[in-house]
Amino acid sequence: MATIDKKRTLPTPEEARQEIIKKYPPKVARKRAKQIVTPGEGGQGCAPEIMANVRTIPGILTMRGCTYAGCKGVILGPTRDIVNITHGPIGCGFYSWLTRRNQTRPPTPESENYMTYAFSTDMQDEDIIFGGEKKLRAAVQEAYDLFHPKAIAIFSTCPVGLIGDDVHAIAKEMKEKLGINVFAFSCEGYKGVSQSAGHHIANNQIFRHVVGTDDTPPAGKFRITMLGEYNIGGDAFEIERLLEKCGITLVASFSGNSTYDQFARAHTADLCTVMCHRSINYVADMLEQKYGIPWIKVNFIGAKASAKSLRRIAQYFGDKELMDRVEKVIAEEMPAVEAVAAEVLPRTQGKTAMLFVGGSRAHHYQDLFSEIGMTTLSAGYEFAHRDDYEGRQVIPSIKVDADSRNIEELEVVRDEKRFKPRKSEAEMQELMAQGFPYKDYEGMMAQMSKDSLVIDDLNQYEAEKLLDLYKPDVFCAGIKEKFSVQKRGVPMKQLHSYDSGGPYAGFQGAVNFYREIDRLVNSKVWSYLQAPWQKNPELSATYVWE
Amino acid sequence: MLLRHTPPEIADRKALTINPAKTCQPIGAMYAAFGIKGCLPHSHGSQGCCAYHRSMLTRHYKEPVSATTSSFTEGASVFGGQSNLLAAIENIFTVYEPDVIAVHTTCLSETIGDDIPQIADKAMKEGKIPAGKCVIHANTPSYVGSHVTGFSNMVKGMVHYFSEKTGRHNGKINILPGWVEPADMEELKRLAKLMEVKSILFPDTSGVMNGPLTGEYHMFPEGGATVADIRDAGNSTGTLALGEWASADAARLLDTKCKVPCKILDLPIGLAATDRFIDTLRQVAGTVVPDSVSFERGQLVDLISDYHMWTFDKKVALVGDPDQLIALCEFLVTLDMRPTHVITGTPGKRFEERIREIAPEANVKAGQQADMFLLHQWMKNEPVDLIIGNTYCKYMARDLDIPLVRHGFPILDRPGHQYFPTVGYKGAMRLLEAMLYAILDRKDRDDPEETFELVI
Repeated sequence: MATIDKKRTLPTPEEARQEIIKKYPPKVARKRAKQIVTPGEGGQGCAPEIMANVRTIPGILTMRGCTYAGCKGVILGPTRDIVNITHGPIGCGFYSWLTRRNQTRPPTPESENYMTYAFSTDMQDEDIIFGGEKKLRAAVQEAYDLFHPKAIAIFSTCPVGLIGDDVHAIAKEMKEKLGINVFAFSCEGYKGVSQSAGHHIANNQIFRHVVGTDDTPPAGKFRITMLGEYNIGGDAFEIERLLEKCGITLVASFSGNSTYDQFARAHTADLCTVMCHRSINYVADMLEQKYGIPWIKVNFIGAKASAKSLRRIAQYFGDKELMDRVEKVIAEEMPAVEAVAAEVLPRTQGKTAMLFVGGSRAHHYQDLFSEIGMTTLSAGYEFAHRDDYEGRQVIPSIKVDADSRNIEELEVVRDEKRFKPRKSEAEMQELMAQGFPYKDYEGMMAQMSKDSLVIDDLNQYEAEKLLDLYKPDVFCAGIKEKFSVQKRGVPMKQLHSYDSGGPYAGFQGAVNFYREIDRLVNSKVWSYLQAPWQKNPELSATYVWE
Repeated sequence: MLLRHTPPEIADRKALTINPAKTCQPIGAMYAAFGIKGCLPHSHGSQGCCAYHRSMLTRHYKEPVSATTSSFTEGASVFGGQSNLLAAIENIFTVYEPDVIAVHTTCLSETIGDDIPQIADKAMKEGKIPAGKCVIHANTPSYVGSHVTGFSNMVKGMVHYFSEKTGRHNGKINILPGWVEPADMEELKRLAKLMEVKSILFPDTSGVMNGPLTGEYHMFPEGGATVADIRDAGNSTGTLALGEWASADAARLLDTKCKVPCKILDLPIGLAATDRFIDTLRQVAGTVVPDSVSFERGQLVDLISDYHMWTFDKKVALVGDPDQLIALCEFLVTLDMRPTHVITGTPGKRFEERIREIAPEANVKAGQQADMFLLHQWMKNEPVDLIIGNTYCKYMARDLDIPLVRHGFPILDRPGHQYFPTVGYKGAMRLLEAMLYAILDRKDRDDPEETFELVI
């Protein structure tokens, strides 16, 4: 019943948009209006244009982080055996130390794992004045002497770019001196407009310095990579379990539960699967151009989506045995998932959600919510580009602005020695004729209802407006948003770090997520917000002590 | 997920910091600014700084942490951040309507050399600052000092911008609490009230970083020191600055600017430091200590005596911030415990001297490369019975199987610090309780069955 009442009072998308922007100074209002759209505004069968991947407005309380965070934290963070040295003052290295909940599982407790360590050059004022190259060189040497890792990576923070330390030259010099791979990332926080630039920079350097350096393919008939999966709360462990059960070999993961060696031999896979389109589609494209590996978009968030993704992988390999095995695994896994969905459904059905997170999660998690009968009223990304909303077909029409132009585009040429078409032209055509979504991503809006609201780079003020206007039953974003939402009595689920939960990927993950949302939206705590005397402030009679 | 690669052999490091025992200035400035009522902290730099500080403070307090950023892009980094800050000021006053914007700089804007007062002045001339509202600032270059320095600089900024001597003596005592938890600030106010001392405490994050859940969200909660009070601090009888590192600069500025004399005390953590705080407060305010305070003190002494056999001679490793560590070490010595290894990433020669005075046998190091990696190595070479430090210590604690008492910043995995103080006599009792639980839980876990005891 609650839902029906809610529907009656829901504003139209246009009313909501006007309400959201009305307090802004005119310039801000004009810009934000272009970042708030509704899928229904698009033409026949296509999504409307949304303004995305543009500068954050100074002073507007943003969810976004920086390029360094995207590079060091997101992409390289989950790889356990690279010593990652932050070159800069101490803060950046400190804040990116173990805070993303990306888990890892080394083969033995003694195996190389530096994720619990934070390495920094802790630049001081004299380093800023006289340059930090000497200190960086010494830091790399000290790290090598202590740990003898197989690779050391260097991450530049804001002042490094300004004072002009040549981190790449030092990396090259130390690589030659130490005989291990040393490479650097110019991922200063001010580059680009969000974390997204950092993902791109990370992808470029891993591709340039690591991928393709080890030609030994791991054993296995069906070899894939998993791109854009970061093992938050153990997601990768669940996906690995499923792939193994199906007999599919995971050659490399970028970068959940990954190792340096996986990156090095990523090019020996026969199919790339892309989870988070935003953060990693660059690597997928480059692996195809250089080595001939086709890629598809997959989604292991949601039980049905997971099943669909496994079937797509099997379809690609076209192997009867594999297809049968995948069906068998799905048949084995689904009953437990469906049982829990059925159990929570009476308590979740008809409830509503909002998702503002990431570059793919705000899309993927809509599947999980719909599996327990919940509707997504509004969603948006924190750092995505237009193609993540509207689909890849818009890529040629995206204007490259000055901020994007600053991020290097690698010129990738075919590696004549290693390039090998995995499928003939005819085979690919045939697959695509069967609906195989080769290199395709339709974006978030294709899946959303026509009168929902899609908002790019949502800020705290707008989140408050949305809560007032729509009164959703659960709001999903990140840690910074969590408590301003919950103070209002609206349960909040973190979809960056999952609070303390997970995994939410795959089949067991779906079960975890159903239970978590059930717990959250039906928690008794939301009924305690008012004290008895606040609910009934009027004194009807004075208590008389006998 | 442990620290398996830390060798016990200690090699001298000159460039590489591993597992830092400090973070950067801006987060301290941001935390301090939350102690002004109606204040929105603003980070002048890349948006990542602000995102990181907000995330860390949110994880520590489990509370909303709203702060804005100038969101520098490459252009701003080349041409300076003036237009970003001007736009930010206009947007903030239009959309969020705070009374005060407290700007702190970052390594980026400091390296560029942005002049915040000049930009704020321009904003004022352009009518971007509404009447009665203000923009204050602190320079907080991340490559100098630590998060504690940033806190200190912002408190100094409060005095610089607000405190005034108007000639009218207000008969109050200023208390600069230092970087302590909201519950600690509340406790200091309670003690002053018990002693009938009229006080002005700033910054004051109580009620801001430990607010209730009521179904309403207020971006600017009721808590915080008012601008009027911080202004009036210039008319006070005197200032007690708690903690040399976090509070002394602001207190000295109050002295030079408004001729308000100051005494710089250690943080009142533990018996002796609380005694000094209470005794000094009594003397500067010309009041008597009520029996209720002496009673609390007596309870603490009672607890110390009841469990002395379990604290006696226990070795402790500590990592944290100078003001806290000095007071904690003194408290440990009071309990006949032995501070054995003491580490802070915050620089300061005087710190090492103070610790050596309190605990002559302790290994102590401050500043660059004084980090948790070194502490871990020290503990491998000379084991301890207890670790006191922030949540990051849990990795060492598990690796070495040593009990841990969480104290300091950040605490990301346990509740309590927001709500229950560690300053004052009550706070000391809470600290002692935490240490005893850790020590005795370990004893109960490890005791052989025949000596596993009911009564301890």
